[in-house]
Amino acid sequence: MNTQESSNSGPSHKVVEIGVALAVVVFGLIVLLGSISAGIGWGSEGPRAGFFPFYIGLSIVISGAVNLWNAMRPDAPGGIFAEWGQLRQVLLVVIPATIYAVAVGYIGIYVSSAIFIAWFMRWLGKYGWPTVASVAIGMPLIVYFVFEKWFLVALPKGPIEQWLNL
Amino acid sequence: MEEFTNLFHGFAVTLQPFNIMVMVIGIVLGILIGVLPGLGGANGVAILLPLTFSMSPTSAIIMLTCIYWGALFGGAITSILFNIPGEPWSVATTFDGHPMAQQGKAGEALTAAFTSSFIGALFAVIMITLVAPLVASFALRFGPAEKFAVYFLAFCSFVGLSKEPPFKTIASMMIGFALAAVGLDAITGQLRLTFGFTELLNGFDFLIAVIGLFGIGEILLTMEEGLNFRGGKAKIDLKVVLRTWMSLPRYWMTSLRSCIIGCWMGITPAGATPASFMSYGIAKRVSKNGRNFGKGEIEGVVAPETAAHAAGTAALLPMLSLGVPGSPTAAVLLGGLLIWGLQPGPMLFVEQKEFVWGLIASMYLGNLVGLIIVLTCVPVLAAILRIPFSIIAPIILVLCAIGAYTVNNNVFDVIMMMVFGVLGYVMKKCNYPLAPLVLALVLGKMAEESFRQSLLSSQGNLGVFFSNGLVSSIMVLGLIALFWSVIQEGYTRLRARPA
Repeated sequence: MNTQESSNSGPSHKVVEIGVALAVVVFGLIVLLGSISAGIGWGSEGPRAGFFPFYIGLSIVISGAVNLWNAMRPDAPGGIFAEWGQLRQVLLVVIPATIYAVAVGYIGIYVSSAIFIAWFMRWLGKYGWPTVASVAIGMPLIVYFVFEKWFLVALPKGPIEQWLNL
Repeated sequence: MEEFTNLFHGFAVTLQPFNIMVMVIGIVLGILIGVLPGLGGANGVAILLPLTFSMSPTSAIIMLTCIYWGALFGGAITSILFNIPGEPWSVATTFDGHPMAQQGKAGEALTAAFTSSFIGALFAVIMITLVAPLVASFALRFGPAEKFAVYFLAFCSFVGLSKEPPFKTIASMMIGFALAAVGLDAITGQLRLTFGFTELLNGFDFLIAVIGLFGIGEILLTMEEGLNFRGGKAKIDLKVVLRTWMSLPRYWMTSLRSCIIGCWMGITPAGATPASFMSYGIAKRVSKNGRNFGKGEIEGVVAPETAAHAAGTAALLPMLSLGVPGSPTAAVLLGGLLIWGLQPGPMLFVEQKEFVWGLIASMYLGNLVGLIIVLTCVPVLAAILRIPFSIIAPIILVLCAIGAYTVNNNVFDVIMMMVFGVLGYVMKKCNYPLAPLVLALVLGKMAEESFRQSLLSSQGNLGVFFSNGLVSSIMVLGLIALFWSVIQEGYTRLRARPA
């Protein structure tokens, strides 16, 4: 795969670690807020809906704060989180896969899967079109027969399937 | 004696042609899942769970557990041949397995790994057969406070036994609990933590979380490493198998010790991965060949594989008898029980005898079938491994998407899966363990219910969790587990001090 850009620079591990710990604290605060609005006291039916989540939220904030403290200590492990080139590889999957996940709702799972597999193999794998086509079309076909015909599980379909009357 | 009658009935159920077919399909799929990167036991079972909706619960659980056994076997293949652990619990197998393969002893290493796996599983299944009914009948007497104490113990031992920093384990676990609380509150019927988003009304489904965290997260990690499969050929013939089998009895002590470690770590939800490391570590310290460990010592393959498979199997004991799964995969299986309309917990042994004993019998047969299949199919499996990642990855991703969709027939879940995928990648990179999150997500509602019921009966007095001998001893065990690393450190310091 792409190795030309693998210089040894990237976001430092410490920064990411602090960011994650902060995100955990924020998440805990959201849980606390939500619990308080649901009621954390004692009602006629016993502990109210927010009672248990409130203490969960509290534990999240505390553990997040401890992790934050540990991450900021000078003796925390240094180094980089990942090289920029590596993160680029990851984003090359995350972005198209997210588009794919959204597309499933509009054009159905078969067509979007075919396009996604074809993109992946062509772009990242540099395969010839015959190989790409055989996998990209063959895989959804197999899925169609296994799920819809054998196991009778319906999968999302789009306009093309409707037009084909499947 | 009643157990044996029940077990025989179980064998009769398992030996029905349809169930045998389902078993073989499950094992083969499981081995594939174990061999392929990005598909592990937990998310493999989660993806295939929807396929079982139309089956009877017994056939369904046989298929899913067999996928699990297959995955446990399959993990060893990649570790030994390619030095790439297909599953986290086979990391320790690479230490000696791969050097053996480099010395041209791949056949021996694989045979030793598979046979050890089988022995570990067999030991754990026998233990389940004998112990599970006792635990279940004991647990039938549990009230809400005792139930909560068991959950408490399970989660505390996670914190104490995990090799990740304790506060990261707690953070991960509590996030799981928080996600489990989103949506409708079962006791008051009130909405909570939805913040007005209609997508959150039904809460977070743990199957989506499992597929995202483990499946997509793993693919992203593999992408980052830019992994290429490069590896040796494997050939196993009968001569190699027999020769290795002749040499294995020498390590009976290592096997037995690894079985016990595995069973213990499997029942407490520490899981197969720490069990394999611990077993390897102890074998290295105790064995007279300890110095050769890491250079291709067969004992270094026997120890982790036996323990991993014993732990993986033993994880089903608390799942069946208490409704508390011992591993993420067992948690997914427990989710399956709920979907098939069975209530996990001790009542299963009373109300669903055919199901429980069919499952236990299938563990015996499934592992035997698994052993035969892996021993005969290694060349085929090694060939599959040579399919490049850029073909495998999109196919796995599509399978994950299909699995996520079919859980609730909801397109939004596919997007949630991607969110969990990115989350899993970042958490894994920052040493936040994923298993506690998943287990808390599965058990959150049940733990909360028993907690609130206990408080209700005691009018809000927390003393209810220490009100009788049984519940207090479980709670105290939990507290010991929670502070285990602190206790251990104190002990070593005390010993290190000169007298």
